[in-house]
Formats: sequence, structure tokens, C-alpha cells
Amino acid sequence: MALQQIRIGRALAYVAALAISAFILAPIYLITISAFSTFDAIYEYPRQLVPRDVSTDTMRLFLNSDGIVDSLRRSAIVAAITIVVCLAIGTPAGYAIARFSFRGGDPFQLALVSTRAFPLIIIAVPLAVTYLRVGIDDTVYGVAMAHIAFTLPLTVLVTASVFAGISYELEEAAMTLGCNRFSAFRRVALPLALPGVAASAIFIFVTSWNEVFAAAILTFRNRTLPAQLLAALDASPLPHRLAGGFFLLAPALVVIFFIRKYLLTTWGRVAR
Amino acid sequence: MADIRFVGVHKSFGDFAAVDGVDLEVKDGEFMVLLGPSGCGKTTLLRCLAGLERVDDGRVYIGDRDATDLPPRRRRIAMVFQSYAVFPHMKVYDNIAFGLKMQKEKKPVIEERVRSSAELLHIEELLDRYSSQLSGGQRQRVAVARAMATKAEVLLMDEPLSNLDALLRLEMRAELKTLLQSLDATTIYVTHDQIEALSMGDRIAVMNKGRIVQLGNPLEVYDNPADTFVGGFIGTPPMNFLEAEVSDNGRSRIVKVSGGSFEFPGDVAALAGHDLLLGIRAEAIGVETAAADGLVRAKVIVLEPLGSHNLVTVRCGEDTLKVSIQADIFPQPESDVWLRLEPARIRWMDRETGTAIHTGAEELATETAVVIS
Repeated sequence: MALQQIRIGRALAYVAALAISAFILAPIYLITISAFSTFDAIYEYPRQLVPRDVSTDTMRLFLNSDGIVDSLRRSAIVAAITIVVCLAIGTPAGYAIARFSFRGGDPFQLALVSTRAFPLIIIAVPLAVTYLRVGIDDTVYGVAMAHIAFTLPLTVLVTASVFAGISYELEEAAMTLGCNRFSAFRRVALPLALPGVAASAIFIFVTSWNEVFAAAILTFRNRTLPAQLLAALDASPLPHRLAGGFFLLAPALVVIFFIRKYLLTTWGRVAR
Repeated sequence: MADIRFVGVHKSFGDFAAVDGVDLEVKDGEFMVLLGPSGCGKTTLLRCLAGLERVDDGRVYIGDRDATDLPPRRRRIAMVFQSYAVFPHMKVYDNIAFGLKMQKEKKPVIEERVRSSAELLHIEELLDRYSSQLSGGQRQRVAVARAMATKAEVLLMDEPLSNLDALLRLEMRAELKTLLQSLDATTIYVTHDQIEALSMGDRIAVMNKGRIVQLGNPLEVYDNPADTFVGGFIGTPPMNFLEAEVSDNGRSRIVKVSGGSFEFPGDVAALAGHDLLLGIRAEAIGVETAAADGLVRAKVIVLEPLGSHNLVTVRCGEDTLKVSIQADIFPQPESDVWLRLEPARIRWMDRETGTAIHTGAEELATETAVVIS
């Protein structure tokens, strides 16, 4: 009886897991097959759920259209800069918040969160004006800077809580075994924080890769992919839009797939 | 060569003086135990020696070097932490090799030392595992092996056995003692477990409220406590303390406790002018079944048979005493017994200050101790 209940419980859990997976995967799947279908197949009704003939026509059309490859490259550069700078500043800052008690530590954390409370729309015009004045408008660095400003506070807070969960005694042990403060951090605390840092990296990447508003107002000719698509897709045919959706989606999945390795580092424990 | 000297060491956290003026010398190769209740400053003192805490005042010497301002890595120490602090992201092998790698030893040397340390602690089969795949006892062994592998001159242990279950602790205690005897390292061992301290240490420094209250070998500390705190902290059961008065009528000296009085053969001149506490160990009290001269009457409250001996709680006047007697005598609750408070084993304390007053009449266990070698 009890065993049966457990079995039913497990079955329900699987059903729920499958339902959630399907909910997330269905649009990804539909966009992907559409992106690789012929024009005719896309306009066909009812839709073909299994692609009959794979074609790169749509993709070719999309990639050959103006500025797409360039904007893709710019998006990648912006995301890379954002991740590198955010982690380079955010990880040590999070470590400092977790390990040292310093005057103003709590207000500092509060201030970090409050930066996210500013609606971008309100600062959009002053921001654009400032960019024009400084001369970093319409550059990848300018967009990256805006993205860093969005993601850095949360990076600091996330890594702070990750480091707070790592026993300081481990670093002390490393210090008695010949490390200085920094090498104890690098050899012990940082590797142990890697899953949390990887989660931050994914968050930073996704935020930067999908961010469209700041990118749209801060650039004009040198647009990132979302900004470019936003400008171009309105006037594009359906196949073009689907290909654009696929292109926004695929790199994100690839990046997440690679970072995932660190996210699930378990050192001997069985990964669940 | 690594003797250790603390000179006037102070360490405060905010207003709380964790270590409040400690002077202590540990000889080269000695096994010194820092013993005290939690919050007494013993771990802080150890961390000051390790360099994990900066002293506020005073100096710390390791060997002939002033180590006060040296970082931990320059102190040539190794430490075993209470939580073991085995690195979760490294295999056991890399944990043990960590210190050697930091010292930039050559690979064959590292390999050899890791193997020999692992062998000493019987964890050769675990070298390929991660910390999460080990039991508490195995983790503890890894922590000790890691500390030993660097061949540091000073080995620091912070309650290394306190997270083990009772049986494992008993086993590890003897094993650790054997192991440390075979090393030349000077060892400082922090514990709140008085049995661990008595059973392992060459000498014990008993700490309370940031100070060392008594320093001596285990027998001295047990038998001749410097004050009521040490007498009450060390020993199971703790030392009995009774309020007492001593009167000297010229011919004989009478000790009066709340339950009765008896003659005291020793010199009591040193006791004059003090309000007195009479301290006596449970096993220094004899139990008789009939009244006689020099005995004090008491009523049995509870009898606890412990196998090797029986522990009896008795009411003697206004005092409650713990008496340990032979395992084959069973005084029943509510029955009357007569106690013989062995005069030579009585330790006098001042009631106000709690410190011991020596009359010269004490028979000290250290004087009669038999050493077989």
C-alpha cells in the first residue's frame, strides 16, 4: 500500500517534470525546425511537427541580410566583456562582503540592490546624452558598460552568499599549509565557489545576450543582435523572424551547456 | 628544535578578553594540552600560535624565532582543525599533498611522504576518494595525515576528537597518542574533555576566563588542583567541596563540617584566618557501615553501579557528596553510612578566592607515583 503510494508519487513527479520540460522545449523545438525548413513548409497549415525536408534556405536568407552577422559578433563581444568584467569585479567584492566585516557593509549591500530599483526608462535619455558627450555611444564598449551596470550588483550579492557558505576554516587550513591569503582564496575558496560563479556567469550572459532596450537606445549603426532584430524584424517576413529567434536562442543554449559543467561540480557526491 | 614561548599574550574580541595575559613555555617535543571549558580562550591561544589571530599584546616565540608578526605559512606549524577542514574539492591524496606542493617539494618526495603518512593513519585505500565519500573518522585521519605530511616542528590540534562518536574517540585517543610519541614534533592539543587531557598530555595547562589557572602534569592537576575551578572541572565526578571550620585546642585539631566533625592530624597553621572549603576526591572517601571515631555520618541518596566501581551520592549534613566505592558494595538509598574523609587527601581552599591553601600535610600522588619503564 505504502509502496504503491510511493510509486504513484514518483510517477506524478515524472509527469510534472515532463510537462515542465515540454513547456520549455516546445517553443525551442518549433523555432528550430522552422528555422531549418523551406519557405513553403513554414506557411503550410496545419504545421508539420516533424520536418520533412531540412533546408538551409531560411537561414541563408537570414544570414545574408544586412548587418546580421556583424550584430551577432557584437553581441558576443558585449556578452564576453560583460561576463569577464562582472566576474573580475563581482567575485572579489562578493568575497569581501562574505569574509570581512567592514564599516558600512550592510548599507553597501542595500545600495547594490537599490541600483536595480531604477527603471531604465527614466535614465534612458540622460544616459544616452552622457554617452554622446563622452563619445562612447554606438560602441560595443558602451553597451557592455551598461550591461555591467545591470548585472554587477546581483553578481556581487550572489557570489557573496556563495562565499559565505564556504567555511573559512578551509582557507585557514590552507594558510597553515603554506598559502598566503590570496593563494588560499585561489586554491580553496574560488574552486569551491565555482558552481555559484558559473550560475552568475549564466545569469550575466543571458541578461546581456537578451538585453534590448539599453542596446537599442545606446547604439545606432553598431547594434547588438537583439537590437538589430528589434529594428529589422517588424518589417521582415515570417521565415526571417523565425531564423532570428533561432539565432537569439542557439548561442545562449551552447554557452549554458558549457558553463553547466561547472554548475554541477560535485566532487564525489552523486549529482542529482 | 622548536620550543614555544608565550609571553604576556593578550587577545580581545571587542570588549571580551579571550586571552588575558598568558605566559607559557612548552618544551621541545613536549605534548602540551590546553584544557578548559568553552569560551576559556584555549582555542584563541592556539590560533594566536598558528598565526590565524593577531595578538593584541605580548610575544609568541617558536624555537628561537619571534613569530609574533609572522603569517601562518612562515611559522613551520601544522594544524588539525576541529571541523577537520579537509578540502572538499580535492581527493584525499591531494589533500595530504597540499602542504608539500606549497613547499614546492619534488614529485617523488611528495608521493613518498603522502604514502607514508597515509600508511601511518591506515588510509592508504582512501587516497582516491573525495572528502564527501568519507566517514567522520576517516576525515579526521586525513586531517591528521595532512598535518603530519609536512613534517612541521610544531603540531597544533584543535579539539580533533570532539566530533567523533564515543567509541571511535576512545580508539583514536590511544592511536593518536602512540602516533605522536613516535614523532619529534612539539604538540599543543586543545580540548575541553578532561579525560582526553589527563590521558594524553605530558603536561596540562588548565585555562579559565582567558588565563592559565594551573600548569602541571596530569597527576598533579588531578590530585592537587590549584583552585576550586580546577578541582571541579577535572575528574568524573568532580572534587567534593564542603564548608568546614578547623579549631585548634592545643592538643588536637578538630575539623567541623555540617555533617559532623573529626580529628585532623596535620599542621593547620596555614589555615588560620581563612574561611575554608574542604575539597576531597570521591575515591578518597572511605565508607563504613558502623559509627566509629573520626567518621562522619551520611545518608545514601542514590547508588549508581558503574561496573568498575559504584558511585554513591550521599547527604552529609547540608552537603551532598559523591563517593566512589568498590563495585561489590551496594549501600541502599535511605540507609546510613559513615564516611572517612582521608586527612592526607584533603585539599583546603579559601572560600572567598577559591584558591588552594597548602598545609604541608597533603600526601601528593606525584610523590608516591610508581613509574615503570
